[in-house]
Amino acid sequence: MSDINTLSFEEAMRELEATVGKLETGEATLEESIALYERGAALRAHCEARLREAEERVEKITLAANGQPTGTEPVEGL
Amino acid sequence: MDLLEDEPGPGSNAHEFTVSELSGAVKRSIEDQFGRVRVRAEVGRVSRPSSGHLYFDLKDDRAVLAAVTWKGQAARLVQRPEEGMEVIATGRLTTFPGQSKYQMIVDQIEPAGAGALMAMLERRRKALAAEGLFDEARKRPLPFLPRVIAVVTSPSGAVIRDILHRLRDRFPSHVLIWPVAVQGEGCAQQVAAAIRGLNALAPRGIIPRPDLIIVARGGGSLEDLWGFNEEIVVRAAAESTIPLISAVGHETDTTLIDFASDRRAPTPTAAAEMAVPVRADLAARLAETGARMLRANAQAIQRPRQRLRDLARAMGRPAALIEGPRQRLDLQGARLEPALRLWLQSRRNRLALRPMPAATLRQFMQARRHGLDRIAVRLDQARLRRLERPQDRLNQLQERLDASLRRVTASTHRAIAQDKMRLGDLVQRLDAALMRAQRQRRDVLTRLDRIRQTLGYKETLRRGFAVIHGPEGLITSAAAAARAPQFQIEFADARIEARPAAGKSRRPAPPSGQKTLL
Repeated sequence: MSDINTLSFEEAMRELEATVGKLETGEATLEESIALYERGAALRAHCEARLREAEERVEKITLAANGQPTGTEPVEGL
Repeated sequence: MDLLEDEPGPGSNAHEFTVSELSGAVKRSIEDQFGRVRVRAEVGRVSRPSSGHLYFDLKDDRAVLAAVTWKGQAARLVQRPEEGMEVIATGRLTTFPGQSKYQMIVDQIEPAGAGALMAMLERRRKALAAEGLFDEARKRPLPFLPRVIAVVTSPSGAVIRDILHRLRDRFPSHVLIWPVAVQGEGCAQQVAAAIRGLNALAPRGIIPRPDLIIVARGGGSLEDLWGFNEEIVVRAAAESTIPLISAVGHETDTTLIDFASDRRAPTPTAAAEMAVPVRADLAARLAETGARMLRANAQAIQRPRQRLRDLARAMGRPAALIEGPRQRLDLQGARLEPALRLWLQSRRNRLALRPMPAATLRQFMQARRHGLDRIAVRLDQARLRRLERPQDRLNQLQERLDASLRRVTASTHRAIAQDKMRLGDLVQRLDAALMRAQRQRRDVLTRLDRIRQTLGYKETLRRGFAVIHGPEGLITSAAAAARAPQFQIEFADARIEARPAAGKSRRPAPPSGQKTLL
């Protein structure tokens, strides 16, 4: 199984839904079910963290005279 | 008076108009002269008050013409006027005498120069399409939830506001604005440079590399949007490895970047909607999935629990498990006991020995059986205790049951083996007792025989006596001997035949040299 922290929201969500699907079919053994549940709980926590940490940040890229980007500056009031 | 009437002004003969007369004359003149005109112009300021009438300016670089489209006609316009749009307006001129103004009543507007430009655009589109720049296979899927979104647009104006506003509503995001001119000179170069520059950003540089690019501009004339038809922009968009949404102009405007982009949004707001999902929806979906998982997990635990109960029921009394071995024990026991009894009886009959410890055996058997019963009961209780704790695993239960069964079976075997050993022991003891008894009898017999022999007449014969056997038994008197025609005389070694001597008196003479035994 891949490290959950490297998963994107969508990957984690898809795996979570697949995990729940497996649990729901009831074909897993009790041990497998417990493993699936633990994995599912971790995936869910990962997704929730991603939703929680969402915050707006608007920056404007600053450009040098030759048009190359040099950095960013925060943008307010848009 | 003369002085006063002198010097009439030049043109004193000319007709004097009232303002209204003059305004009316101008109005008539203008309306006659310009009753139907077509004007090529750029649309200036546009205002749509609640009255529904449409007021706008038509202008070129030196003059401005006020224009109005009345409410009823405004709805029927092929092209609604947008600021900056190059149009050809059709209508009539009229004046507004109350304010000394003139204006154009516009009843139709069409994009200017469309025909020529569109033909050129179509040629360019075909050439780029032939290169494969617009192929479906080149399209990249948009990320489900981009971490950084770059917007290539004018940093001021409604477009960036619309995009940020909609992003805020759906999923607050990290947005990088790459400022560019969205029309006029330098527009195409700047937009292309922005797309390339964003693609060139290192994944972990000072400027975070975006995982989605939106190229956006508000509506405008074909000429205004022309920068987004330039080949340099189209190629940059096609080459972008970062998924790109184009949102240039209004829904009816199509520019070539729209063909090269991965997705085309009809408006900047729509681009924001394509860019991110709605956070609240995701949270709801996540919550729902979490709830499903809890339910499924409860079931995953409930199912084995139910199965455990079912199995426990199916097992019934665990004592049932030892019934087989017990039956074997009973069978063996039942066979053992009669066999033993029979054997003991025969021995007892033959040898009249002391009573056999059959009762002891029975007691022993019974004790064994009690022991088994106790084990069964304890097994039953232990089983029940285990079953009452459903979290215990079934296979552990099974293993322990098996072990118990093995133990019970083994102890049963042991019991039978011990019984056999005891039986063997008894047999040995019985054999030994029999041998002893036989030896004693034999000794007695030998003694008696010796006595019998001692008491018999044959020993007397050895000492010189003889026995006379007549035809009708022993002859014990001379008279009897005289009567017998013949007889036998038994000596110690043999018998001889004899008869009384003839001519002798019937009185027996005393035998010479021979004594009778009696």
